[in-house]
Amino acid sequence: MVKKLFIIAFFCFGGSILPVEAQLYTAKNSEVDFFSKTPIEDIKALNTKSSSIINTANGEIVVKIPVDQFQFSNKLMQQHFNENYLESEKYPYATFKGKINEVINFTKTGVYEVSASGILNIHGVNQERTIKGSLTVGDGIINLNSKFDVLLIDHKIDIPKLVFKKIAEKIAVSARVTYILSKK
Amino acid sequence: MKRIYLILLLLIPQALKAQDELMDLLSDSTEVSYKSGTFKANRIINGHSVETVGKKNLDFVISHRFDRLNRGFDEFFGLDAATIRLGLEYGINDRLMVGMGRSSYQKVYDYFGKYKLLRQTSNSEKIPLSLTLVSGYAIRTQKTNPSLSSFDRSSYFGQFLLARKFDAGFSLQVSPTLIHRNRPDTFNDSETVFSTGFAGMYKISKRASINGEYNYVLPNQIDDSYTNNFSFSLDLETGGHVFQLLFTNSFGMTERQFITETNGGWGKGDIHFGFNISRTFSFEKKNKNKW
Repeated sequence: MVKKLFIIAFFCFGGSILPVEAQLYTAKNSEVDFFSKTPIEDIKALNTKSSSIINTANGEIVVKIPVDQFQFSNKLMQQHFNENYLESEKYPYATFKGKINEVINFTKTGVYEVSASGILNIHGVNQERTIKGSLTVGDGIINLNSKFDVLLIDHKIDIPKLVFKKIAEKIAVSARVTYILSKK
Repeated sequence: MKRIYLILLLLIPQALKAQDELMDLLSDSTEVSYKSGTFKANRIINGHSVETVGKKNLDFVISHRFDRLNRGFDEFFGLDAATIRLGLEYGINDRLMVGMGRSSYQKVYDYFGKYKLLRQTSNSEKIPLSLTLVSGYAIRTQKTNPSLSSFDRSSYFGQFLLARKFDAGFSLQVSPTLIHRNRPDTFNDSETVFSTGFAGMYKISKRASINGEYNYVLPNQIDDSYTNNFSFSLDLETGGHVFQLLFTNSFGMTERQFITETNGGWGKGDIHFGFNISRTFSFEKKNKNKW
């Protein structure tokens, strides 16, 4: 009986979409880059194909990054990054799904230092993270700026011992996203 | 009590759903992405693979072939003698590359251009295979007696390279090939020789693969003393480098040499150990200064 009710309820509620008052800001431009610095070699790559949404009604934020769109200047490194480290055919997206901890008045322009807690998924591995950043709120526009580190070991990205010194264990990621109001 | 559980249960899917919905609103990337790493290097072993050097990247390739294993202990199983090919290969863009090389064996200079006509797509089956065209010219400069004109020492080749990456660790390639020698070494040989290359790659770990390559020359074109070229290799990646350790029955590394002039038999132990190593440099300045 309980099971049956649960199933019925799931269909009723599960089908319901976002709360009515949702205010969605959608990423128009995005730049996500990462940087790995070691004495031997600096590795950097830039991705401009990410998508993201902020729901200002409840502070939810989602980010989706197509891993194979990271552009390296050394194409062999790019190939190895996709083939061996991030395995982008198996795990095509890196995602973040979280909630902004601070309560922000999105109708008031200004710069807000914020943090978002949620799940960062890279290489198919989920990590509970709180990521800091700043939001610059304008009229129907939000700019997000964030810098954070990703530990390769957290996401089961293994570096062979032979190349250990060339790739940092900690990768510095920075993201710049411009959102515009898309739905009221 | 039961009722409370029930209410809680009802709330959970909705709470979970709300965030998932937001994620679902993010569309999948519309960028067409192409399979990368159908083969690890621009050469399968001796012959070209469908891969090209990336845009504004320069590949410096050093290839060695040692003498035959059956030379025995006195010659340290062939390691006492070696040939080398030094190559510089440059990517004009992500599809077109040019390259040149100089082999110590017969003092051959070779030049080639290679173009990716079709690239196998990875997020759909729109293009199910890769097709790369490669064509080149080579000239021997070793002194002969009597001396030969530069025309007589020249040869040309053209290949269609058709490959498919079946899954993350397995690729196959078929390469119909045409080689023209202005003056074959053996009088009765045809000047123009048709052959077909068959090659495969199988990944044994994330960074290591086994390659095999066989170049079949269609019958009645070259002298019976020549054999078909057969090679296999172990490819290792060491971040920015690809290192290929190989065994082949050919001493030469240009198409004329290994397809039409191989005379080593695997059965007789005429096997050459060798390796190809490449180092990639990037000249994409704009990208470098950006951050």
